[in-house]
Amino acid sequence: MLEYISIIITAIFVNNIVFAQFLGICPFLGVSKKLSSATGMGAAVAFVMVIATLVTWLLQHFLLDPFGMGYMQTIVFILVIAALVQVLEIIMKKVTPALYQALGVFLPLITTNCAVLGVAILVVQKDFSLLMSLVYAAATAAGFALALWLFAGIREQLELVDVPRPMRGAPIALICAGLLAMAFMGFSGISF
Amino acid sequence: MKLLNIIYNGLVRENPTFVLLLGMCPTLGTTGSAITGMSMGLATMAVLICSNMSVSAVRRIVPAAVRIPVYIVLIATFVSALQMLMAAYLPALNATLGIFIPLIVVNCILLGRAEAFASRNGVIASAADGIGIGLGFTVALTLLGACREFLGTGKVFGFEIYPETYGSLIFVLAPGAFIVLGLLMAVFKHFSTR
Repeated sequence: MLEYISIIITAIFVNNIVFAQFLGICPFLGVSKKLSSATGMGAAVAFVMVIATLVTWLLQHFLLDPFGMGYMQTIVFILVIAALVQVLEIIMKKVTPALYQALGVFLPLITTNCAVLGVAILVVQKDFSLLMSLVYAAATAAGFALALWLFAGIREQLELVDVPRPMRGAPIALICAGLLAMAFMGFSGISF
Repeated sequence: MKLLNIIYNGLVRENPTFVLLLGMCPTLGTTGSAITGMSMGLATMAVLICSNMSVSAVRRIVPAAVRIPVYIVLIATFVSALQMLMAAYLPALNATLGIFIPLIVVNCILLGRAEAFASRNGVIASAADGIGIGLGFTVALTLLGACREFLGTGKVFGFEIYPETYGSLIFVLAPGAFIVLGLLMAVFKHFSTR
């Protein structure tokens, strides 16, 4: 049990996927201008990340490993994730139109979100069991959503501030992200 | 002359890091020192040249509806090949760059150039575009790595400029990546919009 709590705390705070591992930076910078879209993106990533981890874990352990095809990992994983996002989009459109309305625009962007592929590869490298992998994926997604949400809140305020001209837009946003990352470093003392 | 123009375009006018803001994950994640930044840039450039040339070569055969999956498979093939080559011949570097090597596959620069340039131009021009954009990426990563290494440890490419005790470690750690990139981007913007 302690093991799972440790995985959750580490993935959300200590090894935050954005601030400590530098994965998923593109959506982090791209979809963080408004709090509402940040929430939608966070939820969509969480959804896809857990399902993608489940599918890729099963593929790795029941297809790639038994047949000694580990070298196909990158190709298989990226194709599976791309196909999965498409299928999810179609299913959501039919079954839960309300959810699709909320998350739909973010889904195609997730295919090239390196956080999803990153987590799928990381759980294989760390040799996690299936349940541990799913917990890790969910916690990582929660960490991503938390980072995105905090950052969006800051950026909404940033819009109203008089910033020197060359620093406007991406540069000042990156420096704010750096300060946030510094705050997250405070968690690095936590260990189990 | 036209080829040089394409290369210059990738290096300065459409610099993937400072202008297009693409491929941010490896930019921040692998630039703890100048040498790792440069290696990552060169690895990405190698894949980019190969993928650009192959995408350009098959551009008339592939139907428009399935072109994105085809591009992804082509890119993933070259990334897997690079991964195996690096594991065999450069194991130390492979361990340092770690997960960022397989993640070249989801680097938006590759798919972006395949879609925006290689699918509309000839093989030679696409190779030139790969060299230009790849060089732009490599220069940006090396510069960022060198700045972080200099501020953090007092070294550039491992050569000591001032004693390490005076460096501020924060620049080598995660927050420094964001801050130094933000400042470099502001400098680039200042000079390019004057």
